Amino acid sequence: MSNVLLDYPQRHYGMDHDRYEWSMLQDRKPVTWPGDKPLALWINISVQHFPLSGDKPAVAPPGALTMPYPDLRHYTLRDYGNRVGIYRLLKLMAEYEASPSLAISGALSARYPQLLERLAQTPYEWLGHGWNMLRVHAGEVDVDTEAGWIAESRQALEQFTDQSIKGWLSPGRLQTANTPELLVKNGFTYQCDWVNDELPYTFKTTAGDMICLPSCLELDDVFVLTQNLHSEDSFAQQVIDAADLLINEGREQGGRLLALNLHPWLVGQPHRIRTVREILEALLVERGEAIWHASPSLIIEAVSA
Amino acid sequence: MRGSVQNAELDLYDYSAYEGRPKIEWPNGARLAFWVAPNIEFYELDPPTNAHRKPWPHPYPAVPGYSIRDYGNRVGHQRQMGVLDKYGVRGSISLSAALCEHHPEIIALCAERDWEFFSHGIYNTRYTYGLTEDQEREMIEDAMATIERAVGQRPAGYLAPALSHSNHTIDLFAEAGGRYTCDLFHDDQPTWVKTRSGKPFVSIPYSLELNDTIAYVVQKMEPRRYGEIIRRAFDQLYVEGAESGTVMCIPTHNYQVSCPHRLRAFEEALEYITGHSDVWVTTGREIAEYSLTHLQKHIGGGAEQPA
Repeated sequence: MSNVLLDYPQRHYGMDHDRYEWSMLQDRKPVTWPGDKPLALWINISVQHFPLSGDKPAVAPPGALTMPYPDLRHYTLRDYGNRVGIYRLLKLMAEYEASPSLAISGALSARYPQLLERLAQTPYEWLGHGWNMLRVHAGEVDVDTEAGWIAESRQALEQFTDQSIKGWLSPGRLQTANTPELLVKNGFTYQCDWVNDELPYTFKTTAGDMICLPSCLELDDVFVLTQNLHSEDSFAQQVIDAADLLINEGREQGGRLLALNLHPWLVGQPHRIRTVREILEALLVERGEAIWHASPSLIIEAVSA
Repeated sequence: MRGSVQNAELDLYDYSAYEGRPKIEWPNGARLAFWVAPNIEFYELDPPTNAHRKPWPHPYPAVPGYSIRDYGNRVGHQRQMGVLDKYGVRGSISLSAALCEHHPEIIALCAERDWEFFSHGIYNTRYTYGLTEDQEREMIEDAMATIERAVGQRPAGYLAPALSHSNHTIDLFAEAGGRYTCDLFHDDQPTWVKTRSGKPFVSIPYSLELNDTIAYVVQKMEPRRYGEIIRRAFDQLYVEGAESGTVMCIPTHNYQVSCPHRLRAFEEALEYITGHSDVWVTTGREIAEYSLTHLQKHIGGGAEQPA
């Protein structure tokens, strides 16, 4: 008796899908970063809008509202990031002359134009981050509908910046089967949702190739602090341990990348912001000789060179 | 007969109190047999639906779950291998057999280090659940034959895929030529396992408690605490091992332990353990063969075997 549970249509060399080629990080041609530094550092700040809505997303992204409508506690805690937390982070980033990228919910363009105008005054690279944190790109979404979501998200940000926006980070790093194609069709050249590598690589779509610049979920502040419930001190320690390991590897094997994702509604709280300071101090000052801190586009360019 | 009822006690082993057992002596007078079991797994992006267990929490494509596991193979594997090399540990791999086909480069790296390969099913997105006994036999044989073709040796051990079992799993694996199971967590010493064929078959302590995925995903441990619990487990088993040999296993996953913020804790624990004398740093197969050859009576077996 045949059983679909024992059929293996994709059991062959390489991946079980056509999105990218199989290869191991350590077997590739070594990457050289500017200044021959062993480690590149990419910091992304996700500037997010969580709507006050009783609607439930197909998949709840981290930070999603959880209580019956109106979930004022979580709505306002997330909104705190856009009123207070982001300004604390911006001040700190300026103090350390950091160059984070900003992944921004498109819906903020209409809600908080003052915030987007302020963000547009920074030299930081912007990424599309969907419309809001309720509109997740997951499950059965009609392809034209999703195309509209992506176009709308891009246009909302372009009202405020002259940058040509190239990068995309999905809400919750979720994708539908069509997301990569739709991103390429809407002018995005890289996405950060697949956390399967520590260097950028070529990601194939039927609309043409793009780059995947893998973000790091396991060191994401929301993951470490709110899902794992680790302490702030442990979070800083983990980031620093990661940097030290990657610096050593980078010296021996070729350039490595540390991707750090921060949320203003979480680390922008007064009891957490100093942890961000400690991380910036440890990485950009104490390890400044070993770390090339750059925007995602510059990192991708350096790997492609 | 264990039958197919869903509430039967399986009578896999006899009760044996930890106190008063015959003394186990490991080779060269070691107190503790230490092994590391890297799980090298392949999870499918689009596995078939199994009525008994959902492979992914997210709808297709389950990018978060799939991509971090792919990270284990693309990035994590060689990173962990470097640490095991440094401390002279040969990994005993819990292997998704289809990885021999998908990623033979990983198999080659492990084979040239004389690591052990044991069976962990075909894919970690395929479960024992929902298979008839014949189908499960076919799956077990497929995995063993695939690994044997790739590495030239038939696997001796089994950790059922994603820890999914049937009433017959252990019987079927013993009948296919298996020698030991990692699926039972009842003891810190090897145990004779009763199978319907009566073939010599042993349970070797693997550990869910020290398994990095349990520690990091279920217990949500801070990395340095994971290093600390490994050292504490070792200290206790090392003391007890002076009275009668114990077994300690660290099961790992390349997508957990090899993350750059976590590897240091694991490395420090390995440095600590391998810095002790009287530790037999070995593999699952070697512990199983030694147990079945020299310790049958110590571990509750050996009485009524067929010729």
